[in-house]
Amino acid sequence: MSELVTPAMRAWIGRSEPAIRFEVTRRDIVKYALATDQRLRKYVDGDEAPPMFLFGADRALSPLAALGPDGLRNDPLMPELPLKRVMAGGVKQRYFRALRPGDVVMIQRRLTDIYAKHGSSGPLIFIVYEIRVTDVDGDLVMLETQTRINR
Amino acid sequence: MPTLSDLTLGARLPARSHTATNVSLFLYNAAVWNAHRIHYDESYTTTVEHHPGIVIDGPLQGDWLTQVVLEWLGDDGELLEFEYSNRRASYLGDRLSAGGTIAAIDHAAREVTLDLALTADDGAVVTPGRARVRLRK
Repeated sequence: MSELVTPAMRAWIGRSEPAIRFEVTRRDIVKYALATDQRLRKYVDGDEAPPMFLFGADRALSPLAALGPDGLRNDPLMPELPLKRVMAGGVKQRYFRALRPGDVVMIQRRLTDIYAKHGSSGPLIFIVYEIRVTDVDGDLVMLETQTRINR
Repeated sequence: MPTLSDLTLGARLPARSHTATNVSLFLYNAAVWNAHRIHYDESYTTTVEHHPGIVIDGPLQGDWLTQVVLEWLGDDGELLEFEYSNRRASYLGDRLSAGGTIAAIDHAAREVTLDLALTADDGAVVTPGRARVRLRK
């Protein structure tokens, strides 16, 4: 399995992207809350963002021409891998405060690990990111570890 | 709504089932700005990525697990930590049940650990999770 992840790929570990500035709006919270079938009024009314509201906000928005044949952008924080098909892996989040309309946060993503495993359906490559969300004063809002799987 | 003195280990939180539709998946992926074709293009999904059907987003499944915790918690506490792991893919048409049990109670810290699971109709846990909450009393 070790040949799947070469030293050149692992040399990417530690790289990060410039922080993304994210402005929280009530309308975006409501969209997310309705799409996820939330039932608590504070989410459906957009008074507070559900805990996973920021999923995906750690990645820069790309023009259509930059999207690949799978619909995904070429991730600048991932080396070329021998396995191309992308799956969600999982998330671990630690919360420091809730987000509300009008909040502005900075979201920074860092590549922290790449490793291979043999799954029941074949080889898998795990790519791990740490995502740090802070407010405009630099205080922590959320810390996340996100795992993506290529198969 | 929960209070620390009323809790018992192993007690179940109210469960809720979810069945994603093409419309709900479209809206979710629009909300998180995810254009991955496995969530809306069946021909591509089956012939290129070799899934048996349209794939239900892993983080959407994670969100459904948070809702088990948050609806149980109400205004009587706060979510401190949450994690989930997408162990098995789920597909459009699958009915998934989100539930949880009380795994640990720390009276001194007023903290409760919850084991969570999103379960398919065949009983398989497709997405296990865990949460740590702090109760107000």
